[in-house]
Amino acid sequence: MSCEHASAILHGYLDGELDAARASEFERHLESCPDCLSALEAHEALRSALQRAQLYEPAPVALRRKIRASLPAARPAGFGLRWMPMRGLALAAAILLLAFVGWRVLPGLNQKGEFEAAEMIDAHLRSLQAGHLTDVTSTDQHTIKPWFDGKLDFAPPVRDFANDGFPLQGGRLDVLRGRAVAALVYGRRKHVVNVFVWPSSESDVAPRAGSKLGYQWMEWRKGGMEFCAVSDASAEDLEQLQRLISQ
Amino acid sequence: MSSSGQGKGSDVLDSQERERFEQLVLPHLDAAFNLARWLLRSRADAEDVAQEAMLRAYRFFGGFHGGDARAWLLQIVRNTCYTWLEKNRPSEMKTEFDEELHVQPSPTPESLAIASDDRERLTRALETLPARFREVLVLRELEGCSYKEIAAITAIPIGTVMSALSRARLRLQQALTQHDPQEASREL
Repeated sequence: MSCEHASAILHGYLDGELDAARASEFERHLESCPDCLSALEAHEALRSALQRAQLYEPAPVALRRKIRASLPAARPAGFGLRWMPMRGLALAAAILLLAFVGWRVLPGLNQKGEFEAAEMIDAHLRSLQAGHLTDVTSTDQHTIKPWFDGKLDFAPPVRDFANDGFPLQGGRLDVLRGRAVAALVYGRRKHVVNVFVWPSSESDVAPRAGSKLGYQWMEWRKGGMEFCAVSDASAEDLEQLQRLISQ
Repeated sequence: MSSSGQGKGSDVLDSQERERFEQLVLPHLDAAFNLARWLLRSRADAEDVAQEAMLRAYRFFGGFHGGDARAWLLQIVRNTCYTWLEKNRPSEMKTEFDEELHVQPSPTPESLAIASDDRERLTRALETLPARFREVLVLRELEGCSYKEIAAITAIPIGTVMSALSRARLRLQQALTQHDPQEASREL
């Protein structure tokens, strides 16, 4: 491979967009070409600088509320004749889907942990969709911690891990399994992590993790508190956050 | 604002369609805001334009036939941004390729004080790039889009996404070096 060709596909390699054959051809070229290797390293350094700088700017919470309020109200789903065939199809599809879920998914939920994870993921999704991610929005743990006082019968541990790449974004009250829990919201690059916390009288349990519907969850018990983190960030990200919280 | 090619709009969705919109499209508001913020280089303008784009997406939702909802929304956001720029900052659109004119005064809001020096420097450098380069970088590095998604959003052929990114990254490296040669060589 010529250097000209190599530099033309360097970015495809960097972005993981080359097929396996071309990628290994490129790698073979790197072994014998220090110039192309240093070009690749410079671009890798630039990329990791971009990642470290956390340039992603999520929408302000107020904007989310404003947009939801400004969408024209929905007209009620009609029962006009014109729509009946479509509705019938949709209904049939829904029934098939439910049957499928009952057949394939529910047996897997028999295990208690899985079922709880599904509940946490629901709570995570609710928090993202309702535009109610945080009740108290602050990056300052000393603002969020007192906010929970008097709203819960326990004091959740509130700490900011911005220096480790998990900036605290706010807190919220949530209800899980019929009890009020604290939800701490952390950012992880462009992802949101919900950490649910509630008290427990049982002994410590090492973290358990899994994924469901494309979301990662991790649950553990430490120091009389039960923790459950949910996010669409990677499993490694959740492990790292778990270690930070448990320190 | 003129409607451009996203299909026939209807102001009111029925409640089922609205629910679908809220499940498929609204969760990508962060992506919409982030792209608008970097294209317009202003958070305040990005709020207005992201809202405008979300309303347009709502009107055009009937024309969305499944697939990648994020790419579909970002396409609308991008169009809305360029329309907005043409109307509100026509000079910027004309001098698009003269990057020297776009060295911004460094912003000093309090929010930046806590951020690292890297962040400020990269922000400045990214903002000096022409919008066409900035958008591919934002989509790839911040939004994590694939080449296929970038092609769909920016309406450039998929075969040229790689070379667009290659030029954009070189320009960014250049901008970083011009801003602060010592720092840039130390960091990179």
